[in-house]
Amino acid sequence: MGLGSDMYRQQILDHYKNPRNYGELEDPTFSHVGENPMCGDEIRMDIRLDEDNETINAVAFSGDGCAISQASASMLSSELTGKTVDELLEMDRDDVVDMLGVDISPMRIKCAVLAEKVAQDGAEIYRGELEVEKTTTED
Amino acid sequence: MSQQNLESLDVAAIREEFPILEREFDGQQVVYLDNAATTQTPDPVVDAMSDYYREYNANIHRGIHHLSQEASVAYEEAHDRVADFIGADGREEVIFTKNTTESENLVAYAWGLNELEPDDRVVLTEMEHHASLVTWQQIAHQTGADVEYIRVDDDGRLDMDHARELIDDDAAIVSAVHVSNTLGTVNPVSELTELAHEHDAISVIDGAQAVPNRPVDVGEIDADFYAFSGHKMAGPTGIGVLYGKQDLLEEMDPYLYGGGMIRKVTFEESTWGDLPWKFEPGTPQIAEAVGLVAAIDWLEEIGMERIQAHEEEIARYAYERLEAEGDIEIYGPEPGPDRGGLVSFNVEGVHAHDLASIMNDHTIAVRAGDHCTQPLHDRLGVAASTRASFYVYNTKSEVDKLVAALDDARQLFS
Ligand SMILES: Cc1ncc(COP(=O)(O)O)c(C=O)c1O
Repeated sequence: MGLGSDMYRQQILDHYKNPRNYGELEDPTFSHVGENPMCGDEIRMDIRLDEDNETINAVAFSGDGCAISQASASMLSSELTGKTVDELLEMDRDDVVDMLGVDISPMRIKCAVLAEKVAQDGAEIYRGELEVEKTTTED
Repeated sequence: MSQQNLESLDVAAIREEFPILEREFDGQQVVYLDNAATTQTPDPVVDAMSDYYREYNANIHRGIHHLSQEASVAYEEAHDRVADFIGADGREEVIFTKNTTESENLVAYAWGLNELEPDDRVVLTEMEHHASLVTWQQIAHQTGADVEYIRVDDDGRLDMDHARELIDDDAAIVSAVHVSNTLGTVNPVSELTELAHEHDAISVIDGAQAVPNRPVDVGEIDADFYAFSGHKMAGPTGIGVLYGKQDLLEEMDPYLYGGGMIRKVTFEESTWGDLPWKFEPGTPQIAEAVGLVAAIDWLEEIGMERIQAHEEEIARYAYERLEAEGDIEIYGPEPGPDRGGLVSFNVEGVHAHDLASIMNDHTIAVRAGDHCTQPLHDRLGVAASTRASFYVYNTKSEVDKLVAALDDARQLFS
């Protein structure tokens, strides 16, 4: 029997086992938390902006959960550095799936998009466009 | 249970009645171990329902015509059959609902909202399914009643000393799960009911995981209310049962109104019909009631004791095989008479959802998550677990496939 799901390609496993940017920033411009209650995945995203208040210059994440949610947060944290908040807000689920580079089964998509949603909600809260205490992927 | 009886359970013949178990994905035959979520439906049940639609589909209690008469009789007699199956006194005590959840809500709305007073105590267990936990929690918020939870001990059993503490004269209701859908624990529901009655409280038992796989006699338990679902016992979705003691049901007012449940209606007032119809407003689940009867006939032909013995044997085998792996934490009591046919567990270093995805690559259907028992998972100190749950058609070789697939998960994640 072959080794596992197409979902668990080397890249995903690598980010899961060796997460990039794991931890908390000392001076984040904003941070936000979210969960996927169905799996118990939890993610906190810390984001620091440049003086232009637009460009993301550092990202850190912390939390725990399944390989898909954690690898997605790790990849997103690398991907976002250098991007603008507008670019972050324009991301959608297809972008996340592209970033992961694997087919995500429908039942696991919530795990995959958790980090993205947390970062986006955090940005919108920072801009005063949204009020939530905690993001959840339960719809 | 005699060994002979067990041996005579012909799993191969049983499986022939479930074409779905032959399904393949990517050339691999499905291994269905998610029976606590829903069981598969044997041909006789599907046939009974399609016969209904092909031959005597009609609304009930309204038509003078032949078809309506046949449908009405079948629907009414379905209540008698269920009553007989669970040891109720008659159809008056059997209300058809959508599922266990709706049965719990019926008690909560029609009894709880009217009877509970501020500072009354609602006693639940830490292993309640959300179906009863959330329902009673919300009714308690609305009535000002307090909710207390009987502790689960480290072996996954109810702490009965704690139960005796909580069930005192302030207790108005004790609502307990008969067989835990997460731990597999078979709870002493007769004892809990007796404690409740000693203090003039009523007992509501969630039998969703008990009725499908063991003999249940509501009279013997002496429960005031007892709830279960058709789709977990080889029956169709869309039908559940609430058993209630007749004198209690008679005192209660319905909480859903409409046609079919009334005696007399004027522009000002309505009076209610007889039991059980007063709790079954509108056009009910007629085909599903027919299917439920077929499921009960099918189960009884195999024999509930034999089904229980088969499940216990598979669960014991699964427990022992998983335990022998060394890196697996299993929740709930050790195999034995107080453990039902399911095993929830976690593999060290592998998240339950990842494990379930890997299992799915092998076409093994298991459930991962909190199984609608979030507070219990908090208590266990884990966010999620993987659950393998068995039914009458499962085999030890399917358990072997589950155990073999664990290696993939270990290789990927270690
Ligand atoms: C113990 C228990 N209670 C209640 C339920 C709810 O059943 P249903 O979804 O059919 O209402 C389930 C099944 O999910 C269960 O296992």
